[in-house]
Amino acid sequence: MLSYILRRIVSTLPVMAIVALFVFSLLYIAPGDPAVVIAGDQASPEDVERIRQSLGLDRPFLIQFGSWVWRILHGDLGTSIFTNLPVSAMIGQRLGPTLSLMSVTLLLTIVIAVPLGVVAAWKAGSFIDRAIMAFAVFGFSLPVFVVGYVLAYVFALELEWLPVQGYTPITEGFWPWLQNLILPAVALGCVYIALIARITRATMLEVLQQDYIRTARAKGLGQGGILFIHALKNAAVPIVTVIGIGIALLIGGAVVTESVFAIPGLGRLTIDAILRRDYPVIQGIVLLFSFVYVLVNLMIDVVYTLVDPRIRY
Amino acid sequence: MDRRTVLKGLAGAGGLALTGVSAPAIAQGASARTLRFVPQANLANFDPIWGTQYVVRNAAALVWDTLYGVDASLQPQRQMVESEQVSDDGTTWTFKLRPGLKFHDGEPVLSKDVVASLTRWSARDPMGLMIKASQQELTAVDDRTFKWVLKQPFPKMLYALGKGNSPCAFIMPERIAQTDPFKQISDYIGSGPMKFAKGEWVPGAKAVFEKFADYAPRQEKSSWLAGGKQILVDRVEWVIMPDPATAAAALQNGEIDWWENPIADLVPVLRKNKNVSVDIGDPLGNVGSFRMNFLYPPFNDVRARRAVLMALSQEDYMRALVGDDNSLWKPLPGFFTPDTPLYTKAGGEILKGKRDLDAAKKLLAESGYSGQPVTCLVAQDQPITKAQGDVTADLLKKLGMNVDFVATDWGTVGSRRAAKTPPGQGGWNMFHTWHAGADCINPAPYTAIRANGDKAWFGWPTSEGTEKEVTSWFEAKNLDEEKAAIGRLNKAALDDVVYAPTGFFLSYTAWRKNVSGITKGPLPFFWGVSKSA
Repeated sequence: MLSYILRRIVSTLPVMAIVALFVFSLLYIAPGDPAVVIAGDQASPEDVERIRQSLGLDRPFLIQFGSWVWRILHGDLGTSIFTNLPVSAMIGQRLGPTLSLMSVTLLLTIVIAVPLGVVAAWKAGSFIDRAIMAFAVFGFSLPVFVVGYVLAYVFALELEWLPVQGYTPITEGFWPWLQNLILPAVALGCVYIALIARITRATMLEVLQQDYIRTARAKGLGQGGILFIHALKNAAVPIVTVIGIGIALLIGGAVVTESVFAIPGLGRLTIDAILRRDYPVIQGIVLLFSFVYVLVNLMIDVVYTLVDPRIRY
Repeated sequence: MDRRTVLKGLAGAGGLALTGVSAPAIAQGASARTLRFVPQANLANFDPIWGTQYVVRNAAALVWDTLYGVDASLQPQRQMVESEQVSDDGTTWTFKLRPGLKFHDGEPVLSKDVVASLTRWSARDPMGLMIKASQQELTAVDDRTFKWVLKQPFPKMLYALGKGNSPCAFIMPERIAQTDPFKQISDYIGSGPMKFAKGEWVPGAKAVFEKFADYAPRQEKSSWLAGGKQILVDRVEWVIMPDPATAAAALQNGEIDWWENPIADLVPVLRKNKNVSVDIGDPLGNVGSFRMNFLYPPFNDVRARRAVLMALSQEDYMRALVGDDNSLWKPLPGFFTPDTPLYTKAGGEILKGKRDLDAAKKLLAESGYSGQPVTCLVAQDQPITKAQGDVTADLLKKLGMNVDFVATDWGTVGSRRAAKTPPGQGGWNMFHTWHAGADCINPAPYTAIRANGDKAWFGWPTSEGTEKEVTSWFEAKNLDEEKAAIGRLNKAALDDVVYAPTGFFLSYTAWRKNVSGITKGPLPFFWGVSKSA
């Protein structure tokens, strides 16, 4: 297992290299010029050109790419064209809020979606099943920003239970941290809850038809034991897969959620960097996201072996 | 139903719900010594000479002081300077600094710092460049005296040093000011009334300014960038909120104190909240515009440009921008900001009265236009350009033009508009933008009005009459001469259609009622602003 994990980690390097080349090329050919944004509306073309030169943006593609790769190999993600701050520091500033948002969302999702899916499968065809599936369709259909605004209206403006926006680090207290994350996590988690509840229901329905479930029932095992110990464990592989894939959805959804709730996370940093053509920041974030995605897939593969002993690497 | 409608409805419901309701516990716990402010844009960099965006200028005005500052009557007043003398021939300016001026690191402000700061500023600022072109020497005479010797008189010297247009002549310590003007500074030691808390800066999310206890304000009452800059709070926190509905809800909820520019859609909602005040923010407003490319057909022919102007309805543009609120816009038969000393309607007949589409079509045909595509760049991520672009597309179609509508983002427009290649090969025929009214009060900061061909702003207009009158204004000895020059300039620029003004529009600012001292102006002034619990 350990050698498998090491092999997988090593195999991320070419993936990251391809991602790096792809992202760099894409940004190079994309329209837009950070020097124009920096110089402002009143700047002359000569001013823009001098800024472009000072940023090294006038150099040939291969030289720019080579110098960027060289810095990456030395652990340096570069410096933001706009803020003059190290990209690693900017990502570091934004990592906490995004990780907090994703963790709370993920936890909330699993705690809500998996039991809902199990119950829906158990009560398949009943009113409860139809109600849960209707909720799932509803969750899929609502855009994150609409859910966000409705939640902010009800729980912040109307009931005054939670703040409208912002983020408080956990170092300033657990409740202040959590109260800023509840509404965004629910807004972001809606689609995800719907997705996992549906997948859980579908796989559970299949598992519940198996002979060993009938045997368990015949032996007089309780409904809870059958559903959550025997059936759910055997239905876990596709559920874990979807949870892993869903992390990519979370990253995408975080961009909107962070904007709606003014959370200073990586999603907002990404949008800001793209709109301003802050190339080093975009490249740093994409590299980070691709690394996280590869890592999540690795973790999913490892979790497979825990839930299904037949899977060995 | 679109996203804007949804957020307006929800924010509106929130406003109604909160009418008569006090702020929640979250807001009540906030310190009255901290002012939480939502600026117009993200503070993405903090070098007011290197980056000339308005938001950078606004933040920099807190941190760095200027030698002079324009007041509400647009006149430069002494700020860091105690006195000035100009030689009889107008070529030698000698300035003396006020005593007791200090930088945020405790070091005194000396003439050598001023010389370095002005040297860096004059390499980037249009007026600074004019002074520099005429400069013989800029030297420190002693610690508090410095001298600027020119080859020829420059009557607008004090205005140049005190103007609020970006880049302002901010005074920095010599070691910082010696940075190449095309490279960004990373040390933010200032000379102004507040210190920049670099450690708390999260670009895109937050910027913090702390009161500088050793700042020596002038004794006069403050007026815009002039007078005593008395800071009445300990901290000013800039909170960046990209979503207007969130900012509206946060203001209603007491989570922020002041929102610089609420969008017009949400203003009715804010007005209904008894804890929120709303008023016009900047009386100098903005001038909407689109520019036509003088290098290629059809707009290389003045008749085609005039045809567009003849058919253009400024009301259509302004309604698209500000909706039904008539107090937010004015027709603008010219290029200069209404209600300012040099405002003129001279030569503005082409933009007045009933629009004559038939005459415009005839003139367009005379120009030789024969249906070739007109590449029209429209940034969709800027509400002002998007609204104007939609109106222009309709206007051009009514004129019978073949519109190649390029819907893109502002970053791409910013880059593509610099291309001088033909429209079909990466170039363009039209793009939309807007200008702060503060930049349109006279020709000094008004890059967009210049018409010196290859050296002019994008579109590269050529208009000898316009350029002649720009020079006349610079050489004017008094206000009457300035007004006369501007009248002729306005006419010449309209005759040649240097660009198409789409109207003058204003925007609101909104704040909690426990905040007082907010004044109208071209930038948010924090001096004199206080907050009660």
